[in-house]
Amino acid sequence: MDLKLKIWRQKDSRSRGRFVNYFLREIDPDCSFLEMLDILNEQLISRNEEPVVFDHECREGICGSCSIYINGRPHGPDELTTVCQLHMRKFNHGDTIVIEPWRARSFPVIRDLMVDRSSFDTLIREGGYISVNTGTAPDANTIPVNRDDAVFAMDAAACIGCGACVAACKNASAMLFVGAKISHLASLPQGRVEARKRVQDMVAMMDALGFGNCTNTGACEVECPKGIKMANIVRLNREYLKSTL
Amino acid sequence: MGKLQSRIPEGHIAEKWNRFKSTQNLVNPANKRKLDVIVVGTGLAGSSAAASLAELGFKVKSFCYQDSPRRAHSISAQGGINAAKNYQNDGDSVFRLFYDTVKGGDFRSREANVYRLAEVSNQIIDHCVAQGVPFSREYGGLLDNRSFGGALVSRTFYAKGQTGQQLLLGAYQSLSRQIKAGNVTMYPRMEMFNLVVVEGKARGIIARDVITGKLHRFSAHAVVLATGGYGNVFFLSTLSMGSNVSAAWQCYRKGALFANPCFVQIHPTCIPVHGDYQSKLTLMSESLRNDGRIWVPKKKEDAARLQQGEIKGSQIPEEDRDYYLERRYPAFGNLVPRDVASRAAKERCDAGYGVNSTGRSVFLDFRDAIDRLGKDAIEAKYGNLFQMYEKITDDNPCEEPMMIYPAIHYNMGGLWVDYELQTTIPGLFAIGEVNFSDHGANRLGASALMQGLADGYFVLPYTIQNYLAHEIRVPRFPTDTPEFDNAEEEVRMRLEKLISVGGNATVDSLHKQLGHIMWEYIGMSRNKAGLVRAAEEIKKLQEQFWSDVKIPGRVEDLNPELQKADRLADFLELGILMAKDALHREESCGGHFREEYQTEEHEALRNDRDFAYVAAWEFTGPDREPELHREPLSFEHIQLKQRDYR
Repeated sequence: MDLKLKIWRQKDSRSRGRFVNYFLREIDPDCSFLEMLDILNEQLISRNEEPVVFDHECREGICGSCSIYINGRPHGPDELTTVCQLHMRKFNHGDTIVIEPWRARSFPVIRDLMVDRSSFDTLIREGGYISVNTGTAPDANTIPVNRDDAVFAMDAAACIGCGACVAACKNASAMLFVGAKISHLASLPQGRVEARKRVQDMVAMMDALGFGNCTNTGACEVECPKGIKMANIVRLNREYLKSTL
Repeated sequence: MGKLQSRIPEGHIAEKWNRFKSTQNLVNPANKRKLDVIVVGTGLAGSSAAASLAELGFKVKSFCYQDSPRRAHSISAQGGINAAKNYQNDGDSVFRLFYDTVKGGDFRSREANVYRLAEVSNQIIDHCVAQGVPFSREYGGLLDNRSFGGALVSRTFYAKGQTGQQLLLGAYQSLSRQIKAGNVTMYPRMEMFNLVVVEGKARGIIARDVITGKLHRFSAHAVVLATGGYGNVFFLSTLSMGSNVSAAWQCYRKGALFANPCFVQIHPTCIPVHGDYQSKLTLMSESLRNDGRIWVPKKKEDAARLQQGEIKGSQIPEEDRDYYLERRYPAFGNLVPRDVASRAAKERCDAGYGVNSTGRSVFLDFRDAIDRLGKDAIEAKYGNLFQMYEKITDDNPCEEPMMIYPAIHYNMGGLWVDYELQTTIPGLFAIGEVNFSDHGANRLGASALMQGLADGYFVLPYTIQNYLAHEIRVPRFPTDTPEFDNAEEEVRMRLEKLISVGGNATVDSLHKQLGHIMWEYIGMSRNKAGLVRAAEEIKKLQEQFWSDVKIPGRVEDLNPELQKADRLADFLELGILMAKDALHREESCGGHFREEYQTEEHEALRNDRDFAYVAAWEFTGPDREPELHREPLSFEHIQLKQRDYR
């Protein structure tokens, strides 16, 4: 298939960016979206032009490096899919594809499609863990965990930290990301001990980092490539309320 | 032995680790604060080590080239992690896990290391549960297990098909806690380019800031490498795109010995190669072999029609299917170890029974499991893997059997380490996949996560103190010394040299050529003529690389092509060493299959009399042949015999 790409090019966080048009011919529909960008970059290098910079690592949809907005949607048109798992058969011959980085104050653009998501790491450092030192744990089967709780915890813990939720949100809120971690840990008995302090600290840091508020539009849930549910935001609100009582 | 002092403690195998811990040197709490440790890499081994060392009180500097420590390649591990808990009451024990691992590794690993690994495996599960890792559970609330290849018991703990992700996030969260506490300084997007050796000891690294391209110097009392495997020397592999050998390779060039480089694991169940633009291969977890049955058609004409796309697998009747693993290995069936399953798939495809358009694929079929347990049960177990498969191939595994083929997955070889995980450079340690120690010539499924976390949580934090106890009088030192000057200058010159080649060939195009040579001659089966030819072809490619590579941009700038080129330069050198190692090992064992050495049934034929040793290679100079050192392997607790999974 032949494609027209409108790609956001930006030198660094201080420079102004702009869209640049590129044309690609005879792309195999079985090729992944990032492989299509690889092909573009090979051509750009051959023409002595600067290749397009983007974050990518596992290309299996699990590391969370992908951070590309495609035709106005984080990770593109496919449900429950990261950019690396999106395949060109989802597009048609002759399509124009608009390709942008995440856009949020807390995720400044580094270059082209690469953004700085270190604010997510900062959030986890505020309490997104259980304080247990190596070597001190009791036998793993000492504390049974209700299976439904374990499944709920696992579904929340499946977050890959890509930031699509923030990028999709008109307020650039990180409530789904923080909610997923809060409810992963709060739904396990091991995580209850620090639940109060964890939710207080993480919410305070979320505000300090410039993430916006949640107005329950649900865009985050729709765009999350791992299907993290809004129920986690509900859980976050409940845990937060509880912590203030 | 000479250079290779394995430093295995005295005593019965079950007492060695306890004896070591009871008598080793320790560092007192006040002194720990004064000692710096550099940990390079933040996968399972690196994150767990950095967190554990910091909890003990050491000051840790942690490095990763990714934007966050959570993106390391361990995150991709799917199936599970082994431990000898015997929660299923099915006869497991520390000894049995030890035995299975040594046997699975085709008797080319060090007994004492493997026993220790089996011993600490249970503590890993305890610790991860305490961290909040959401392992899959039974209805009663206790932990669930499943089976993996090469074992007759169910000892694999798992978190859906995302075990590596959950374990890594556990370690990442512990690491995050120590960063917050000020005990770890985290340096993301900072890639190690050189090791600094001062008076014979590892004392620091030179790293390049990925964003600015500037070089930085870091000093420490010890350096720990946790930089993973080198499978990307094959270009196509299941490894993350950035996984590379360069940190380990720079250490090799500085005097650390590289052991068994030719021991590569080829995973039997991956999505087959489909086009020349392809950038990586995707694994389908070994856990699928719990319920999936592997087969090809019995009749060649059926295979031909499949290859032409005239029929689908589901249309072939039961009596015309050849479940070749169940046929050849009735005892282990579809759960034979990876090397055995991979070779068997290649054998069928070579014989003309491949089932896709390239003829390089076999079926992994869930039909019978769906009939037995229902579609819902199978989807609940493997749903995320089925989705991933469908996204890539556009086929639904509930309706049509999966098509799979072996692919490069893991490296058993790596930097040589002694029992204390120290390389031949004092003060330089290697943990996780980057060392060679525990898996011999073939790793069993769900054992990589076990080893990474064993090294990081429970082994290195002890053994490194045996070294650091002698360093307590060494104050923190500056980086403006001649040794740091030289190490940085080496990197600068190399990067300048790379970028000034100014040729016409892109890095990826050269890397693909290397991959073809590696896969053809140093892949699933090897022979003398092919290995000799491989070395020659790689040398030619190396010349082409240094005269014709094209790298856009500048050194002191964000430059992904330069990063890739630097890694490829090292992969080319590694490829030559792998060919040399594979050529010298005139036997077949585990993942190393030499066509000249096979039994009448085409099984690997080991030669214990001449090759029951670890081959550790020493760098002697850029244009000189490396020197081989041998660490003999003695088996006191397990009888050496031919592996038999029939």
